[in-house]
Amino acid sequence: MAQAWHEVAVAVMKANEIRLVPYVPDNVLKPLINAIHADPFFTAFTTAREEEAVGIVAGAAMAGTRGMVLMQTSGFATLANVLASLPVAYQIPVLMMVSERGTLGEFNLGQAAVWRTMRPTLESLAMPWQVITRLDECEFIMDRTIRQALLTQQPAALILSPLLTGGKASPVKAGG
Amino acid sequence: MSVTSAHNAKPLYRFDCTRRLVARLRNDEAVIGGIGHSNFDLWAAGHRPQNFYMLGSMGLAVPLALGVALAQPRRKVFALEGDGSLLMQLGCLATVASLAPKNLAILILDNGSYQITGGQRTPASGGADYVAIARACGLANASWAADEADFERLVETCLATDGPHVIGLKLDDQPPAGQTERDPVQIRDRFMRGMGAKRSALPG
Repeated sequence: MAQAWHEVAVAVMKANEIRLVPYVPDNVLKPLINAIHADPFFTAFTTAREEEAVGIVAGAAMAGTRGMVLMQTSGFATLANVLASLPVAYQIPVLMMVSERGTLGEFNLGQAAVWRTMRPTLESLAMPWQVITRLDECEFIMDRTIRQALLTQQPAALILSPLLTGGKASPVKAGG
Repeated sequence: MSVTSAHNAKPLYRFDCTRRLVARLRNDEAVIGGIGHSNFDLWAAGHRPQNFYMLGSMGLAVPLALGVALAQPRRKVFALEGDGSLLMQLGCLATVASLAPKNLAILILDNGSYQITGGQRTPASGGADYVAIARACGLANASWAADEADFERLVETCLATDGPHVIGLKLDDQPPAGQTERDPVQIRDRFMRGMGAKRSALPG
């Protein structure tokens, strides 16, 4: 039986020695977060803000430990300044995994509105990013994006589409 | 342990304190200088490969230092963070308290103002006490430095005992003693070499 996306993510992170995982939680990321907490290979903890997690991973990267920040779309929207002035300006391979909210059946207008800022922000920062939509492409995209970021000293974002994860379904029917 | 309260602490000169800190470093301790005059005075105190100068990302000196401390638990790491900067990321004190890295020391450089933009007062001018905030976050080893000698004693405690430690410094309004060369990639490269995280045949 094929691995689930979060099992692929754990395997790729371990293969690339990504040990430090600060995050602001997200419902879709829960199985990945649980797996990382359960595995002593990783050091995982919550931070108060996504900016803080970017700083921690940047500091660790410069001191020889690789890390990845986990967040959801709304968290990414808080990051433009620190990404531009820290990992982009200093060329530090801060890796990010973003659970994509706000699209393909979003029920929260706030999430849908902030979703529209994510791709323009990534584009204007000229930061490498990839959207993962299919399980059969998951390992390749994750592994190659991480390796490229490490080899080229650039931050990078992996966006987990609801097509991959199932997303977060509406708790009520439309009009209900 | 110092029981100096914020209003009893002597206003100190940031450059003098930065020099006193650097003079006591004997084991390649990492020092992360926060945005603005915090890193200007670190630069002016004399560049060392273990210094990192933060040119943007206001509020991230403590998170950066925490990342370094987690990556290299045997190296002492100092964060020099301004009061206005810390206000932008107060939550980081709770994170540091939960992880409790033994090798991390946070210096809060409190001049009550945004000196680099013209000296406007911070929104903490109502009397917020950063050492008390740190303690309330769970950082028990947090003290205001009463004067220069007390500051030196507190730095020595940071170096000699397990942390995390917090030292609050009330500052006067003297300007910085220099200005950091703003070349982020060079700063990162030198710092990685200083941390032993990068080897290069290129000179530098």
